[in-house]
Amino acid sequence: MESGSGAWSPYLVGTLIGLLSMATFYFSNKPLSVSTAYARLAGLVGNLFSRSHRESLKYYQETKPKIEWGVMLVFGMLLGACIAAVTGGEFTAAWVPHLWEHRFGPDLALRLGTAFVGGAITAYGARLAGGCTSGHGISGALQLSVSSWIALACFFAGAVATAHLLYRP
Amino acid sequence: MSTPLTPPPENAPPVLVIPAPAHEQSETADAGKPDSTRQLVLGLLFGVVFGFLLQKGGVARYEVLMGQFLLTDFTVIKVMLTAIIVGMIGIFSLRALGLVELHVKPTRYAANIAGGLLFGVGLGLLGYCPGTGVAALGQGSYDAIAGILGLLAGSYLYAETSGFLGATIQKIGNRGRIMLPDLLGMRFAVFLAVFVPALVLGLFLIAQLAP
Repeated sequence: MESGSGAWSPYLVGTLIGLLSMATFYFSNKPLSVSTAYARLAGLVGNLFSRSHRESLKYYQETKPKIEWGVMLVFGMLLGACIAAVTGGEFTAAWVPHLWEHRFGPDLALRLGTAFVGGAITAYGARLAGGCTSGHGISGALQLSVSSWIALACFFAGAVATAHLLYRP
Repeated sequence: MSTPLTPPPENAPPVLVIPAPAHEQSETADAGKPDSTRQLVLGLLFGVVFGFLLQKGGVARYEVLMGQFLLTDFTVIKVMLTAIIVGMIGIFSLRALGLVELHVKPTRYAANIAGGLLFGVGLGLLGYCPGTGVAALGQGSYDAIAGILGLLAGSYLYAETSGFLGATIQKIGNRGRIMLPDLLGMRFAVFLAVFVPALVLGLFLIAQLAP
């Protein structure tokens, strides 16, 4: 049943991510989640400018900017994806995705600017909602969190609307 | 020596411990501190596996994520739904054995909805999630660098406004760590006995309609 767009079947990958999730709960007492790591790293960058101001922010009184499990998870993901791409002959080395170029042209500034703004909105939304595609979408949903199923539905609603506005004018 | 029904000695290990069904409080700060060396190494290892799987599944590609939102490629939903089903059965089984505790996220209706919609809009523009963005960079999709810088900026911007948000939108519909069975007044086991097969059926239908 090869019905995905990746090198491996989506059902195999999904099953392995489900098992990985069990492992993180059992060995680390942690659900898989990614977006908080960005906030911790952003706080560390904020320390370089004004540590006292950063420490005054309510969010950082609850979530300390430091290198911990979740930040190491993100570093590991970078490495793991690189290993998978290189060994699978799928390393792309491209600045503009094909689909984007086909619709908006090869202008690098337009793509990077949109990605930056999109990233900023994504992170703000993730913090407000309390998680991202991993923390809410997989880990929260599989624990039957009410918030996660609401957030997951809203993720898709917002993204489907935006994607259609971009690609089906 | 011959009495058949002697109670176990005082120092015998508990044979079967049934965990209390109360909802565990998240973030129990104890032995496994998230910045202990053991946890840092485990985090890195789990990350390598997670990133490897996201790349192999194809979900770190811009075309695949956008294809999901344009409803032309259902790879992302297939991966997520399969992970949710396997993880759900696994985590609740481990919990029944007393081996893991849950980390249910708090429900704040207004913040979950507003934040979720914002996240979706950002996702449509970026074309990568916070997780798949890292994996995208790992596979050489360099536009993810701008996305990652944006994610860092947006996170800091949120912190800047967190005092205001905490006093306003996060108070609306604040229900605590509620779970779907609570909402319906059902017992966990009964809910799972209905919900898991429903999710499997949903996955089966998606596989049929969008092979």
